Amino acid sequence: MLGPYTYFTWLACTLLEAAVVVCALRQGAFRRYLPLNLWMLLEMLSGLSRFYVLYSYGLQSNEYFYFYYYSEALATIALYFALTSLYARVLEELNVESYVQKAAILLLSGTAVFSYLIVRQSSHLLVTHFVVELSQNLYFVGLVLTYLLWGAMLKLRESRTRVIQFVLSLGVFFSMFAANYAFRNLAPDLRWLWGSLPPVFDCLLPLAWCYTFLRIPEDARLVPSRLAVVPR
Amino acid sequence: MMAGIIFIFSVAALLQFFISYCRSLIAASSKQVLSAEVKDVTGIQRIATGDDFKRIMQLLRLCPDRPEDHNSVQAIGAYFSLLSFLRSTVARLVPSMHAWTESEFGQCAYFAAVALESGISFSRDMLAQQMDA
Repeated sequence: MLGPYTYFTWLACTLLEAAVVVCALRQGAFRRYLPLNLWMLLEMLSGLSRFYVLYSYGLQSNEYFYFYYYSEALATIALYFALTSLYARVLEELNVESYVQKAAILLLSGTAVFSYLIVRQSSHLLVTHFVVELSQNLYFVGLVLTYLLWGAMLKLRESRTRVIQFVLSLGVFFSMFAANYAFRNLAPDLRWLWGSLPPVFDCLLPLAWCYTFLRIPEDARLVPSRLAVVPR
Repeated sequence: MMAGIIFIFSVAALLQFFISYCRSLIAASSKQVLSAEVKDVTGIQRIATGDDFKRIMQLLRLCPDRPEDHNSVQAIGAYFSLLSFLRSTVARLVPSMHAWTESEFGQCAYFAAVALESGISFSRDMLAQQMDA
């Protein structure tokens, strides 16, 4: 049985994801940031579908169990591609979009193979272990990629405030999930802690993106070196 | 072992992204000029200081909540707490960090003053709408 906390964060997160898409449409930025908005839509639909499956089959059912993990893995893969779209945007003047796409697919395949190699010993629930391991590894790969992207933005003096805020909030999102998964492996007994944090993390990214769409105009510019923790 | 390394790296990256994100919020608001009225209310005449921050936050709580500003103000509040923690721990060992945290405190206070300005104009708009209705 899910508690009121889970239902509340679930509802809040779904509404916030819808709000991001509405804000982007209102600001005329839906197509400009299409992959990010599509990911938000996917997350929202995934949240609604999960609720439908939960309502139809129950929390303990195999249907909900598989649907939950597969939708989570698919959403993580979609977010990974949304991140590569930010790479393409930042590096657009270098005309390296096709290289970015190839590298992204290669890295995704590599992560999938690595995840399979880790879980192949456990024949019991192999498929479920695989999607959990894949999600976990993709969050970490996403974190490393966002870190590299932020480094490239500082180097290339990327000044578009919206792009900067999208990348930094994605960095916060990936690092929170990667830290939480690592903490889960370090302290499996503290389920009450690592189990209750992800719903809150899920709400933070749409909140940050709503703010960016609503308050930051498309033509706003920043000096990126002023944002680095270590002054450049 | 591996999980420990990933945990440390993730927390370090989280701190770095969070600080940069908060600074991007502050930098976006630093271009706004405060009205004479808000300068009077907050006591900020030339440069904002860390002491101004808590007072401005108290004033902000008196204004009606503006949904789009609420979360950014909370993020900057968390950033201010993080800076306070750094000043009372790391800055004692690294003196140059003391000056850095002081300047960041001032920027947090300026951000809060800009939020207060937009909160005041928001409540004025609401009042005007009620008077019209």
